[in-house]
Amino acid sequence: MNQPLARQASAERPVAPLLTVRGLSVEFVTRRGSSRALDRVSFDMAPGEILGLVGESGAGKSLSGNAIIGLIDPPGHVVEGEINFEGKRIDNLAPNQMRRLRGRRIAAIFQDPLTSLDPLMRIGDQITETILTHLSMSRAAARARALELLKAVGIPAPEVRIDHYPHQFSGGMRQRVVIALAVCADPKLIIADEPTTALDVSIQAQITALLKTMCREHGTAILLVTHDMGVIADTADRVAVMYAGRLVEIGPIEEVLRSPRHVYTAGLIGSIPSLNRRRERLVQIDGSMPRPGAVPSGCAFAPRCPKRILKCDERPELMPFGNSQVACWRAEESHSYV
Amino acid sequence: MLLLIIKRMANAIFVILAVSLLAFTIFKFLGDPVQLMLNPQATQQERDQLTERLGLNDPVPVQFAKFVFNAARGEFGMSYRNQMPVMEVIAQRFPATFELVLVSSVMALLIGLPLGVFAAIRGGTVMARVFHLISMIGVSVPAFVIGILLILVFSIELKWLPAFGRGKVVDLGFWTTGFLTPSGRAALVMPSISLALFQISFIMRLVTAEMLEVLRTDFIRFAKARGLKARAIYFRHGLRNCMMPVVTMTGMLIGDLIAFTLVTEIVFQWPGMGFLFVQSVQYVDIPVMAAYLMIVCCIFITINLIVDLIYVVVDPRVDQLVRGGGNGH
Repeated sequence: MNQPLARQASAERPVAPLLTVRGLSVEFVTRRGSSRALDRVSFDMAPGEILGLVGESGAGKSLSGNAIIGLIDPPGHVVEGEINFEGKRIDNLAPNQMRRLRGRRIAAIFQDPLTSLDPLMRIGDQITETILTHLSMSRAAARARALELLKAVGIPAPEVRIDHYPHQFSGGMRQRVVIALAVCADPKLIIADEPTTALDVSIQAQITALLKTMCREHGTAILLVTHDMGVIADTADRVAVMYAGRLVEIGPIEEVLRSPRHVYTAGLIGSIPSLNRRRERLVQIDGSMPRPGAVPSGCAFAPRCPKRILKCDERPELMPFGNSQVACWRAEESHSYV
Repeated sequence: MLLLIIKRMANAIFVILAVSLLAFTIFKFLGDPVQLMLNPQATQQERDQLTERLGLNDPVPVQFAKFVFNAARGEFGMSYRNQMPVMEVIAQRFPATFELVLVSSVMALLIGLPLGVFAAIRGGTVMARVFHLISMIGVSVPAFVIGILLILVFSIELKWLPAFGRGKVVDLGFWTTGFLTPSGRAALVMPSISLALFQISFIMRLVTAEMLEVLRTDFIRFAKARGLKARAIYFRHGLRNCMMPVVTMTGMLIGDLIAFTLVTEIVFQWPGMGFLFVQSVQYVDIPVMAAYLMIVCCIFITINLIVDLIYVVVDPRVDQLVRGGGNGH
């Protein structure tokens, strides 16, 4: 929490951004034509910054992460926009060049630690394998590094555990191993796709904290993809809210939490359960998010929005508002979701 | 590991006993050995003497016990047809079958595995479709048809390869091998291809199906995200994770091969055990048939044991499963 360096970096841009995503659109081609799952998404990330990407399932948050590491499952493909990383364009790299970037400069962590590791390979071998793919060092040095990493992520008795297989670890321990794997080549950006969703609640906070420390120590930025606004509130420097494939609000976490500018964001924040706040019921947003391909031409949230006005038939672009950017025609009002 | 071996051995003994009961039943009730062994003019006294000498007057359980006891020592009596100890007859023929099956299995794995991986990775490409089509033919056309076609093309038309026999073999005392002479190797080509074609196709299709399954898993996705090279992803992580069913099927296929050689050996007049078995059926040479049954059974059991051991090597979870009670089987 109190790591002023990274915070400042994110608050007072522009330091040269680590990652810029500009007008990124992804479409899925099906027999019934193509449907747009990601619609002109733009955002920046500063070095060492933790950006939370939040939204309902299907909002396009995982897809954004996958697009950045170049692992969109077919038939999905990028139709427009560009992604720049460390000043170089990466969305059009040849597969082998992109591969060299993955794991080395941009790492990824997926949701389910139980299935992220190869069940037939000792965890130490999986780590050294990754290290040797990206860094030139001897096998012995790679193993020593693997041991260090296991210690750093809090695996007890790492010198024994390094030769164990994934099935000999608990879920939380496995996610620690996955984190060790993600940071083993010292990447500058980690895409963490729901890293704690599959874990016990008691473990979730530990893993989030670990992820945060690991990254603060190495100045690694994290794109934290989750549907859990609570996790983001605890972890992120900034938050980006997605709805139906579009980015609807992005800004510093305190600012967004304190005064959300988009009606949907306000709804999301109202749905965070809290022990301190006494309230009869949590907020519930009526209706459901439109499927890709059935998104209205105006504001995507308009059909569910209690504050809809006529202008909402026109699509709002992201507009600066304080330190945030918001795509809502009624952003100047302060919302408390009713 | 040791526990697993002991458990499997115990199972194996039961299976062997069951099969030997079957073999014994054939022995006992299929044809009358006395009739078969004596000439039709033999007197009743001669018959009685032979019956007594063969132990056929003993109670049936005693006869079975004797049979099992002798079988355990490799004694299956004399072949009716060529008046030699059965084990000797089989030992003469065994190397021919063994070498044929060995070459076919190696071929099946060396060709089937890479093709299967290829077809899985390069799913939509023309090459993959061609392989798929060939494999379809491979699994559906019987081995003897392939064998006859091969003979027609390569022996009769092109005169490149011998149509029958084992070629020149080298006698190593306990073993005769065709690997060491050019004609022995040439003779192996067509029988092993016709025998292996089904296995190649089968393994290829199995590997493709399994690979497609494995390539969808999270750990492959994570391996990609780790930036591993394609070869490491497909072989070290992908193929290795489909080895369990492949090992199982390969074990069964080798068993099948031993059965199928029977047909192939006839087509190519291959002097192996299958050919011998067919001959002994024609002559109602029951001791040979019984011994063949027992030996094939033992081979099957040995292969299965090896398969179980490979499981432990391939998948670390199996060993734990066995140690943790092993009730899962």
